[in-house]
Formats: sequence, structure tokens, C-alpha cells
Amino acid sequence: MAENVIEARGLLKLYGSQRAVDAIDLDIQRGEIFGLLGPNGAGKTTTILMMLGLSEISGGTVNVLGFNPVREPLEVKRRVGYLPDAVGFYDHLTARENLAYTARLLAIPRSQSGRRIMEALESVTLADVADKRVATFSRGMRQRLGIAEIVMKQAEVAILDEPTSGLDPHATFELLEMIRGLKRSGVAVLLSSHLLDRVQSVCDRVALFNKGKIALMGTVVQLANQVLGAGHPILVEATGTDVAAALRGIEGVQNVAAEGDAWRVTADRDVRAAAAQRIVSAGGSLTRLADLQPSLEEVYTRYFQEARHAA
Amino acid sequence: MPPSAAHGALRRAGSPFTGLGPVFMKELSDHLSSVRMSVLTLFVIAFGALPVAFALQDLRNVVISDPYLFLRIFTVAPERVGLSFIVALNFVIPLMAIGLGFDSVNSEFNRRTLSRVLSQPIYRDALLLGKFLGGLATLAVALVALWLIVLGSGLLLLGLPPRGVEVARGVGFLIVAIAYGGVWLAVSMFFSVIFRSTATSALCALGLWLFFLILWPMIASAITLGFAPTQITSIDQYTSLQELGLALQRLSPGTLFSEAVVGLLNPETRTLSFVLPIQMRGAIPEAPLPLDQSLLLIWPQVTGLIASMIVVFAAAYVVFQREEVRA
Repeated sequence: MAENVIEARGLLKLYGSQRAVDAIDLDIQRGEIFGLLGPNGAGKTTTILMMLGLSEISGGTVNVLGFNPVREPLEVKRRVGYLPDAVGFYDHLTARENLAYTARLLAIPRSQSGRRIMEALESVTLADVADKRVATFSRGMRQRLGIAEIVMKQAEVAILDEPTSGLDPHATFELLEMIRGLKRSGVAVLLSSHLLDRVQSVCDRVALFNKGKIALMGTVVQLANQVLGAGHPILVEATGTDVAAALRGIEGVQNVAAEGDAWRVTADRDVRAAAAQRIVSAGGSLTRLADLQPSLEEVYTRYFQEARHAA
Repeated sequence: MPPSAAHGALRRAGSPFTGLGPVFMKELSDHLSSVRMSVLTLFVIAFGALPVAFALQDLRNVVISDPYLFLRIFTVAPERVGLSFIVALNFVIPLMAIGLGFDSVNSEFNRRTLSRVLSQPIYRDALLLGKFLGGLATLAVALVALWLIVLGSGLLLLGLPPRGVEVARGVGFLIVAIAYGGVWLAVSMFFSVIFRSTATSALCALGLWLFFLILWPMIASAITLGFAPTQITSIDQYTSLQELGLALQRLSPGTLFSEAVVGLLNPETRTLSFVLPIQMRGAIPEAPLPLDQSLLLIWPQVTGLIASMIVVFAAAYVVFQREEVRA
């Protein structure tokens, strides 16, 4: 089922003569996690703000859940949860009071709001600090409170701007788990980030932003094939025989390169089984055999290197 | 779609006042529970109580019968303080309004709560208006409390109840005082929209207040002198010059406030503009005006105050609508 919750066509944002967002097309499907990636200043946040009707659109159209954010921002904002970059809460209020204010802005009936707030706080494991002032919260806790706000809102789409920036690895892991939780409950998630390895682990599809344009869009594997070239890299560590020669003899292997003590093999398919067999039968001892997943980091670095060379 | 069609469809759906109630209630409760409000209240009471206490002492020694004795608590300048209650309020109200409004928008920005709040189903209109009304209500609460304290201490120490007409004039004074506070609240909120730094916005609001308090009277008279011919040859020239000076003075909200208050609390006030002695011929000196005539007299001042409040708020609103929410 490929129902789009967000559709952008030729979306344009001009600051003077500078094209901050340059006529992008973007579809976000229901129930997927979509990552907007790119360096700072590439236009990610501007795109997000236009989708929410918080920034004026210079050209093109956006459609969020069937509503136009320019004309019907209230309808959009009622259904879309937004976690801004480095979200802030009222420090002198408790977590519960902060959410209660949002609940009143959302016109959630008083009879429901108490229960919905507690459930939301439980879902991000903040229930035990519900009555502590937000001033005492760490950055990670604030981000989680932001997720709780989206849960309480029962949003259909969650837009998260740099949700993991400035978090320690443990807090990042927890937050990504919660983002997966949002997806499990049927929420479409759009997140922007410049931290690639973390995004890679949660995103179904990504779009790579560069200077206001979408340079690449698709699944991580698709992008890797596009940028790094087709091929399936593996890593082999073995001794006791001429490893390189043995590996080169395998059908489908395109390239074998020494990488320290190990060998990096690029083939047009997964050749791990054949490699193991070949080395063992040649009398070598295999110490390590690893599948090298294409990393988004690599894709990103390579892409921008090429973009610079092209320029 | 051509751009013109896109702009033709730029009518927003939904009421601009969606969410006004929650914002108002939050601002009010934030203000009333804040330490800043306690400090401001202490400040107001100290400033207000001192003239009133001395005025009451002076008034207790008054022997001649005065039909408006109660209103004198507000207007009399006690010998030992040299500052009447209304003059003290002319200082305190702007200070309090600036104290409540100088960080209302930029603090939301600096705490990074603005984009989160605006991503809820609420227009910026409701946020700004809710903040303004919340501040105004806080100001009103403080002024009503102060007013009741003055009234109560007057009852206790003078031992005579105010007449109905005195209470009515007192209520009128309260309304004028709240409108005056509203002007400065709008001014300080305007600066809080313009400047991201709360210190800058406080400084600008206070600076403008000091400018109107100290510098403007001097500048106004300097301008008037500049327009004066070397030799005044006719009475018309003289009156038009005086009227110019007065008009310039009235650009300051403080002047409007003190004129309106004097007209209300001093029933003997017959005119707030410049009059020649000859125009007063036939008037009974010291004879008080009825309430409706006094209200008529101060009407332009009151509308002036309310209009300037609305104009400044509208300016803040326009700037706020155009502001980018991103940090």
C-alpha cells in the first residue's frame, strides 16, 4: 500500500535570489521512516517548516494528509507532530504541565488529557519524572518529552528535525528505539539529520540534500549502488595459502585488494560461501569473513567528493 | 499552477483565535506565580503606599468640608513626600508593564519553545494576542489590588465612606490606568518581537520610557520655541504657540495619562487645554463638574491612550507575522 501522506511538487523557497529549497519533489508514504540527509544549510529544516505552514512557500505545492499547509495550517498542525531541532520546554513547569499546555492548545477534552499524557510519558519512560520540572531534564530527556508530545497528540505524521544531535550513544539508541515505536504504531516519520550511521539503521528510505536540491533518493542499498557502483563487498582474513590468488579464482569476483592483514573482495554477488570453500580447500585457515554493508557514510562522502570535483 | 493563482488561494482556513484561551490562561498563571511579579508588586505597593500614607495623615487634619475628600487621597501631594499617588503611578505603571512584556516573545524564541508551540494548531495571532491579554490581565489584577488597598486604608483612616460618584470616578481612574499600562505593555512586547536578546529589548523599552519622561518635555518646548516668532504680535499667535506646545507634549502617553487622571479625580478641572483668563469669565471657580462632563473632558485622552495601544500592538503583530521561526 503506497498511500502518500506528504507530497511535494516543485517546492521552492527563495531568500532574496538565493534558492534555499530548489524545486524539490518528495513523497512520504504512510508507515515509513524517511530520512532527509545532507550537510547543514542544505535546506532540510526549511523544507520541514514549509510542510508545517510555518514558513512561506515561494513556489510549488505541498500536500500534507490531503491538506494544504498554506491555506489550512491548523488542520495540518492538528495531525502532524513536530519535534524541532533542540526542542525547548518551559523550564519552570513540570513534564506533565508542559504536555497539559499542549493538550489545551490541541483542545483535547479534559476528561481524556490526563490519561493520554500519562500514557505518552510511559511510552517514553518518563512517567517517574512526570512531576519534575523540565529544568532538571537532560537533553535526551527533553527529546523524549518531545516524542511524548507527538504520541499524546496521536499524530499521523511525525516530523523530527535532527532528533539525535547532541545526544550520547545510549540516549541516541533509546531515541531511535522510540522512533521505531512510532512507526510500529502506524505513524509516518520524516526525520532530518546529518548523522548518517544512526539514520541508516532506522530509515526505510532516504533523500540526500545538496544545496537545496535532492541529489539522491531511495533505499540505502539503492543509493550505494548508484554512488559506489554495483557490487557486493566482503572482507576476508586468512593465512596459510595465497589468499589473493584463491579469491581471484572465484566466479563473479571483480576486484581483490589488500586492506591491512585482510583482503577486500568486490564481486557482483555474495561470494562468502565460495570464498570460504576455496580457502579451506587450498589448505588455508580462514580467520574472518565479513559482509561489508554499504554504509551511508561512504555514500555520502563519495557523493559529495564527486559533486565537488564536478563543480 | 501559476504563482498568481497560488496567491489568490492564500486565504487561511480556521479562526485566528483558535488557542487564544489556553495561551491567555498560561500567561496569566505564569505571571502571577513568577518571582518577577512578586518583586513588581512589592515595588508598586512601596511606591503607592508611601504617598497614600502621608496623604492620609495630611487629610485627617483638613477641617473644611470637601465633597470630594476621598478623591484627594489620590491627588494630594503630601508635604513630606512631594509626590502624589497619581504621579507615583505615572512612574510605576510603565515600569511594571515593561517588566511584564519585555521578554514575552524573545524568551520563547531563546528557550526554543516558539516553534514547538507554533507547530500546534494555533495561529501566531492567537499567541501574540494571548500574551498581550495575559499581561494586561496581570497588570489589571495588580492595579485593582492596589486600588482596593488605597480605598480600604482611606475608609479606615478617614473614617468616612466614599460617595457613589467618588467610587465611579475611582473606577474610571482604574480603567485609564489599565489602558496606560496597556500602551507600555504593547511597546515592550513590540521590542520583544524585534530583538532576540531580552536585555536589548528591556533596555530599549526603558530607554523610550525615560525619553518620554525626561527628554520629551524639553524637546517639545525647544521645538515650540523654534516655531515662535521673534515678537508675538497677536493673541492668536500666542494661543496657537501654546497649543502647539501642548500638542507635542501629548505625544507622550504619560501626558495623556496624567491629563485624563487629573480630569477624573479633580472634579474642578474644567479644561485640559490652554485657555486665556478671559475665557474663564463667568465660570464659578472651584465649582466641580458633574461626572458626565468630566468624562467628556477626558474622552480624547482616553481614546488617545487606547488608540496608541492598538497601533503599537498592530506594529508588533505585523513584525511577528513576518518573522522566521527557526533559530
